[in-house]
Amino acid sequence: MKTKEAIYTYCLRIADSNLILGQRLAEWCSRGPILEEDLAMTNISLDLFGQAETLYEYAASIKGNNATADSLAFLRVEREYCNRLIVEQPNGDFAFTMVRELLFSSFQKNLYEALYKSNDEMFKGFAGKAVKEAKYHLRHSSEWVIRLGQGTEESHRRTQWAIDELWRYTADMFEMNEVDEELISMGIAPDLKEIQKLWIKSVMSVTAEAGLTIPETPHVIKGGNDGIHTEHLGHILCELQYLQRAHPGASW
Amino acid sequence: MAENNSQFPQWEVFIQVKNGSPYEHAGSIHASDKKMALQNARDIYTRRNEGRALWVVQTDNIVATTRDDEEEFFDPSEDKIYRTPNFYKMPAGTTNL
Repeated sequence: MKTKEAIYTYCLRIADSNLILGQRLAEWCSRGPILEEDLAMTNISLDLFGQAETLYEYAASIKGNNATADSLAFLRVEREYCNRLIVEQPNGDFAFTMVRELLFSSFQKNLYEALYKSNDEMFKGFAGKAVKEAKYHLRHSSEWVIRLGQGTEESHRRTQWAIDELWRYTADMFEMNEVDEELISMGIAPDLKEIQKLWIKSVMSVTAEAGLTIPETPHVIKGGNDGIHTEHLGHILCELQYLQRAHPGASW
Repeated sequence: MAENNSQFPQWEVFIQVKNGSPYEHAGSIHASDKKMALQNARDIYTRRNEGRALWVVQTDNIVATTRDDEEEFFDPSEDKIYRTPNFYKMPAGTTNL
């Protein structure tokens, strides 16, 4: 696999995850438990859209053929999306959203810290900026998971349930294929097995403080890298892409 | 202050624009604890690059004057013009005093 091609796919992997999670968090707009939290979640959503845009632009520049950040975001179909499966899972209740945020932002934080050492200048620059945002997302979700885990019986039960439900999607975040092989050999991307070790440490420090337990899940669901999604992505794309599909090229 | 159990306690938010400048009141937020108060203040009042540092303090901890205090607290200073240094000659060339 050529390096350029691998970088293109790697961009999509991160950008797609950010776009879909951003869309999910935006669904909380006007539905947050308190006004402050409503804003916090939509702030994070906008951070993620911003990160996605940077990488879509990079990907579009590699692809050529008049591709743009918008055409990549709005005109690909479900099977062409290679986001991590965890981000497309529905918001559920507030505890569920916070647990998903914890699991994903701790992955992102560790990934970005490694990408900051990339031989690719574009990835390096991106990661340097994005890691600050990811650290804040991790802080925000960690605080909430600890509060909810230590809170009432009800909040503890819901938070533990969220971890049990979401855990089956976590292995998917660390799946690698020929794209990773190529980029690891060029010193452009990290080995996700290493990221996984850092990730489990940061997640466990939070769950331990929250009094929550990591489930033993023999059943694992993977497929993000190959564009094989859970039933939820199609529904998100319907909403996300509607405008560009109904009015091609519309802008404001 | 009326107790409203559906809301977290209220906190006042102060922002410092840059190192060395005074913290200025920006508004208020609700939060259940100190950490959440700082984060909520950050999310609501510094999204547009308004500052580099934050103070939050629970509103109940602020002691304030009331309208009834106005007369005896502030009226007496109205006619003490000699307390403002308006009568000194500025040295020539001084611009930043």
